[in-house]
Amino acid sequence: MTLAPPSSRVQLTDDGKLRHFLSVEHLSRPLLEDILDTAAGFVDVGGRAIKKVPLLRGKTVVNLFFESSTRTRSTFELAAKRLSADVLTLDIAKSATSKGETLLDTLRNLEAMAADMFVVRHQDSGAPFFIAEQVTPRVAVINAGDGRHAHPTQAMLDMYTIRHYKGGFEGLKVAIVGDILHSRVARSQIHALNILGAEEVRVIAPRTLLPADADALGATVFTDMVQGIEDVDVVIMLRLQRERMDSALLPSEGEFFRLYGLTNEKLGHAKPDAIVMHPGPINRGVEIASEVADGPRSVILNQVTFGIAVRMAVMSMAISGQESLDAAQEDDHGH
Amino acid sequence: MHWNPEQIDALLRDMASALERLEETDGATGLVGIESGGAWVAKALNERLSKPLPLGFLDANFYRDDFEKRGLKKSVKPSKLPFDVEGAHLILVDDVLMTGRTIRAAMNELFDFGRPASIRLAVLFDIGRRELPIRADVCGEVLSLPAEQRVELSGPDRLEASVQAVGNGR
Repeated sequence: MTLAPPSSRVQLTDDGKLRHFLSVEHLSRPLLEDILDTAAGFVDVGGRAIKKVPLLRGKTVVNLFFESSTRTRSTFELAAKRLSADVLTLDIAKSATSKGETLLDTLRNLEAMAADMFVVRHQDSGAPFFIAEQVTPRVAVINAGDGRHAHPTQAMLDMYTIRHYKGGFEGLKVAIVGDILHSRVARSQIHALNILGAEEVRVIAPRTLLPADADALGATVFTDMVQGIEDVDVVIMLRLQRERMDSALLPSEGEFFRLYGLTNEKLGHAKPDAIVMHPGPINRGVEIASEVADGPRSVILNQVTFGIAVRMAVMSMAISGQESLDAAQEDDHGH
Repeated sequence: MHWNPEQIDALLRDMASALERLEETDGATGLVGIESGGAWVAKALNERLSKPLPLGFLDANFYRDDFEKRGLKKSVKPSKLPFDVEGAHLILVDDVLMTGRTIRAAMNELFDFGRPASIRLAVLFDIGRRELPIRADVCGEVLSLPAEQRVELSGPDRLEASVQAVGNGR
């Protein structure tokens, strides 16, 4: 497994505009806030009778999913369609590469179809960085989840959700609970929360589901759920990947739920107005009880709605950044 | 050139009486201001109408045809139209009319909310250099400016305007 290069410079134009969106790490607070502000306009579009704007009319967006996904893929597809782009979704796991075509050959073929953007999900950490370095100029790359590394659009939709319900990040305590070790979502969330100025980020997990360098995550580590959840404003539950059950990392689902599953009783230790989030799909009775998932403090389904708007924002900003690379720098007020 | 709040007020009063002379204004559904300068003008204009109209706001930035040249403006505001656009008689309001592209984008957006029965256009300044067949029904002041100059409105509380050289701001 190759890890992504520490530098995210490939993501930005020389004047600091987004041209790829690969990781929130190393991005500035104003840029992340810009994404959230732009998304707010698109949330409004999603509530209209005609949920479509002509911003990316004539652009071709290719969803390249080397790893299967339902929610992320379908929300990216809807986001592109609501921006009026043409969308092609390729389930690569089942297509050309299984016939022996290399990743680069697949890319060159898609570029020959005049694609303007690749939305990439890959099981290997760093794959979207590799693709961003290899694509021809003016093709934007969006990371839709790479290995254990990053899932930046998920993190940004979570930030949008937190800002929507809490008004901002000042003074906020946020707990992320569950399989931190394997979670690219948690990694991106921690980066985003720290950049946006949350007061405290906590991770809560058994030792076996924490990375060896847990202290370097940028979060306070707790192994006891009740202690960790004490007085927090936001509880983010992670999906427990059942395939991890077979490995020796966990005793049993029942045992995990007893210790780390979110119930109303455990939630009682958080602030009275704490919100509960989950990137989905949820495992009822494994990491979250139905009484919480369907309860008044759950904003899980709102996250999905906001996710489309956040993806629309990132896609239009990246295309706009690519266009600005060779656009004339003339001022054009255009009244 | 500079317009202080009193001079802007005089222009707005002229526009309000010109609007009231348009037969469409009687029974119009609403005023629609284009973010952000047009929204300020719409609000100020509405306060000067003898019968104020319902007020809506549009941010046409998702509909612009020069997205590739200009990129996406920061923080596009949600559009708010507190009336049904279908069958409505609308008065679109902007601060400065130049190429006509903002108005085209705003009309495209309006049509995504419904089919208006009519749309009239009121602007504070018309500085010419049109690129599309669009004209204002009501205009505060017509200016003839050299190509490298624009009018910038500042607000929203005290509306003032001044002529500025291109290259400031965006």
